[in-house]
Amino acid sequence: MKSGRFWAWVVFALGAAYFFIPLIATVEFSMRMRRGAYSFDAYKVVFGDPRFQATFGYSVLTAVFTIILGVLIVVPTAYWIRLRMPQLRPVVEFITLLPLVIPAIVIVFGYIRMYGSNSPLPFLGSETGANALLVIGYATLALPYMYRAVDTGLRTIDVRTLTEAAQILGAGWGTIITRVILPNVLIAVLSGAFLTFAIVIGEFTMASLLNRPAFGPYLQNVGANRAYEPAALAIIAFAITWGCMSLIQILSRFAPRSANRPN
Amino acid sequence: MTDISLSDHAVAGKTAPPADARSMRLPTQWLGVAPFFIFAIMFLILPTLYLMLGAFRNDAGEFTFENIAALAQPSIVAAYWISIKVSLASSLIGAFAGLAIAIAIVRGGLPEWIRSATLTFSGVASNFAGVPLAFAFLATLGRLGLATVLLNVLVGFNIYAHGFNILSFWGLTLTYVYFQIPLMVVIIVPAIDGLKKEWGEAAATLGATQAQFWRMVVIPVIWPSFLGTVILLFANAFGAIATAYALTGSSLNIVPILLYAQIRGDVLHNAHLGYAIAFGMIVITGLANVFYIWFRTRSERWLK
Amino acid sequence: MTEPFLSIQHVRKSFGPITVVQDFNLDVEPGEFVSFLGPSGCGKTTVLRMVAGFEEPSAGKIVVAGKDITRLKPNQRNVGMVFQAYALFPNLTVAQNIGFGLKVAGMPKADADRRIAEMLDIIKLPQMGDRYPYQLSGGQQQRIALARAIAPKPKLLLLDEPLSALDAKVRVSLREEIRSIQKKLGITTIFVTHDQEEALSISDRIAVMYGGKAEQVGTPFEIYNRPATKFVANFVGTLNVLEGTVTDAASGKVRVNSQEVSLKGKLNGSKSGDTLSLALRPEAISLGRHPGRDSSLSGEIAEVHFLGSVIRVRVGIGGATVSLDTFNSPATPPPAVGEKAEISFSSGDMLVLH
Repeated sequence: MKSGRFWAWVVFALGAAYFFIPLIATVEFSMRMRRGAYSFDAYKVVFGDPRFQATFGYSVLTAVFTIILGVLIVVPTAYWIRLRMPQLRPVVEFITLLPLVIPAIVIVFGYIRMYGSNSPLPFLGSETGANALLVIGYATLALPYMYRAVDTGLRTIDVRTLTEAAQILGAGWGTIITRVILPNVLIAVLSGAFLTFAIVIGEFTMASLLNRPAFGPYLQNVGANRAYEPAALAIIAFAITWGCMSLIQILSRFAPRSANRPN
Repeated sequence: MTDISLSDHAVAGKTAPPADARSMRLPTQWLGVAPFFIFAIMFLILPTLYLMLGAFRNDAGEFTFENIAALAQPSIVAAYWISIKVSLASSLIGAFAGLAIAIAIVRGGLPEWIRSATLTFSGVASNFAGVPLAFAFLATLGRLGLATVLLNVLVGFNIYAHGFNILSFWGLTLTYVYFQIPLMVVIIVPAIDGLKKEWGEAAATLGATQAQFWRMVVIPVIWPSFLGTVILLFANAFGAIATAYALTGSSLNIVPILLYAQIRGDVLHNAHLGYAIAFGMIVITGLANVFYIWFRTRSERWLK
Repeated sequence: MTEPFLSIQHVRKSFGPITVVQDFNLDVEPGEFVSFLGPSGCGKTTVLRMVAGFEEPSAGKIVVAGKDITRLKPNQRNVGMVFQAYALFPNLTVAQNIGFGLKVAGMPKADADRRIAEMLDIIKLPQMGDRYPYQLSGGQQQRIALARAIAPKPKLLLLDEPLSALDAKVRVSLREEIRSIQKKLGITTIFVTHDQEEALSISDRIAVMYGGKAEQVGTPFEIYNRPATKFVANFVGTLNVLEGTVTDAASGKVRVNSQEVSLKGKLNGSKSGDTLSLALRPEAISLGRHPGRDSSLSGEIAEVHFLGSVIRVRVGIGGATVSLDTFNSPATPPPAVGEKAEISFSSGDMLVLH
């Protein structure tokens, strides 16, 4: 037991070193912009760059739409599968896992060929269409995470009983979903939303191939042309990811806990 | 669509015996899941199928194996090979290191805060990928990176003089491991938590050593989750492009970068060859999953 | 008396500042079935885990067959253990589970297979060898766990609340089965439970534990009929407790609710004016006067519960209530609430709790 604990510390220390050294190095590098002294100049340059503001704003907006689209697709489906069509569960789960198997670049390649300006559904024929297609693409990328988060949330509440109780009290479907189910899975939905945000905000492949002015391609562009700003951007991106994950953790403390788990 | 409505009848027949109720419920039943299926078919399945079929067509729209055969040219084979090597190495290193960390924090008798801190950090790091990750590693192990400089100044060891390059197989692998390890930790910790304390005690009273217990119980029990995660890590690395592109530009010729270049500018001068490359990527990640499913059903009969 | 097979001597266990077991002593004969009975937190499981080797005693020693095993690791002790949550290895078949200890000990496969078949016969699940644990009911799983524990012929069998997770019917049938297998194999057994009925029904002896100490060690008959302490009397079986005051110590007269009963020779040392707790088992009390019952008290019927073959009547005597059981008889209707009633008992059945 004693030697076991020793090795546990060794493993933990090695892991901590591997994970912290790049972070420390990046912070250090990001502050080297002014010769001979540490400074936050790189951050000032980054935040002052109008392209940073524009692309970041664009990506935030895209993420918000992605979350809305994801919720609209996932919540009713997950709810309906639990309530009425459990026989479809394996099919739906399989589909939601597909984006982990099919690389994003392949999916977006398919979009470009299928929804080009000469196709019957010319998403890429207009700005709005291309923006919509990017949101759609991001929604597929986030599908595995969103579905699992919501499905886990639904599992902790007894969907069937809640629905039947609401029906007996005379509620219609709209009321049931918005007043009964959504509030109860809100935490799960928000967790999925923040995860989606973390994935989408710096996404490069889809945005770049669809020629969207998003944050990911901007990052890449800065990385190819500047020295210290990329390090500052890496730290900013890490902080954003950290923020999303912390919010998820804080939220999980408010998640409903039910003793009554049907499955 | 026909087979969907077929199974529809079977389902409705089971749950709603009265005939009039059936005709009423059929459409509403499916209405609930229709948006999902329409979305999945239009934006996930059809685009993928489109590419897969395109891989077997020529410009005239005729069926052909030429595109697949053209994958055999050395530059494309080399790209696949380096991609497979990077994915395999980063997923295996990530998997074993992640497993070791998971065991250390769950079973190692470390303080509770280490466990929760590690899990929180893993959640962050597993999602810290793409372009910013490349920046972080350039700042660490690039020619002017902190680790590079410190090693040179303090120990007098110049890693670049000894063949290391961040723009290489090992550089990319080491970078990918940064999100592979935490992903493994996040997924495997619940599996290790699922090991019951009594199993170890039962094994001990039956005379088993710690090593025997691990060989006969712990490893077989964790194995399916472990292997499944390795496959996931592999696919994760195989399809990743942003990190590699930001790190190496196009100096390291992995498949996604090749495909990226092809999509942007038809560098291969054959549109259908792009389809074939995409097809090959799906085949590889698909095969990995088929292998996993086959392995799991074959050797893990004890799983419910 | 033969040499004790298992001897637990002055064992103490503290976790930090909290002492959970204090000076526990017990000798167990070869082939004996001893239960540790007590409420949760009484230290019974801790003692068992010290015998198994999962906890190290803070003081004292544990001897098995003349050998001090106090510092041995669990896997060197040759004990078999059955857990509340079955703890079958999920990745192994029933046969592989039972054969685990044999395989670890390096028994040749043919011998092991024979032993596994023998075990499956003993637990009456001969066809189940190829199943996996998840395919079995809780009762079946626990029988497999028992077979797994005894397959390597352990010196001691330790059962840690093995029946608690099962439903009532299975619990009764399995406890009988455990007892008959234990007798057949003659294996020395310690059984931890919080269920007094379980302990009474299958044990050779019971150690009733409370607050980290053995309150009383004795046969089920002794424990039930002659509880040594107030705790044992209360914990084991249903008990009616009446407060009484000694009016005449010499002749054994005690006043209960302004009625007098005589408890000759039972007061050992109480003086006149002392307050006593007097206890009676429900089955020792009858409704009405009966020849051969030398004492009686009068009161009023407070509650009547018809339970089928038995009718449980609660009689109010002053401020106290006394439960008693009468057999149902189709000829006589049960007593009615509010009726005056007299209860009678033998003063010899009265327990004086100090």
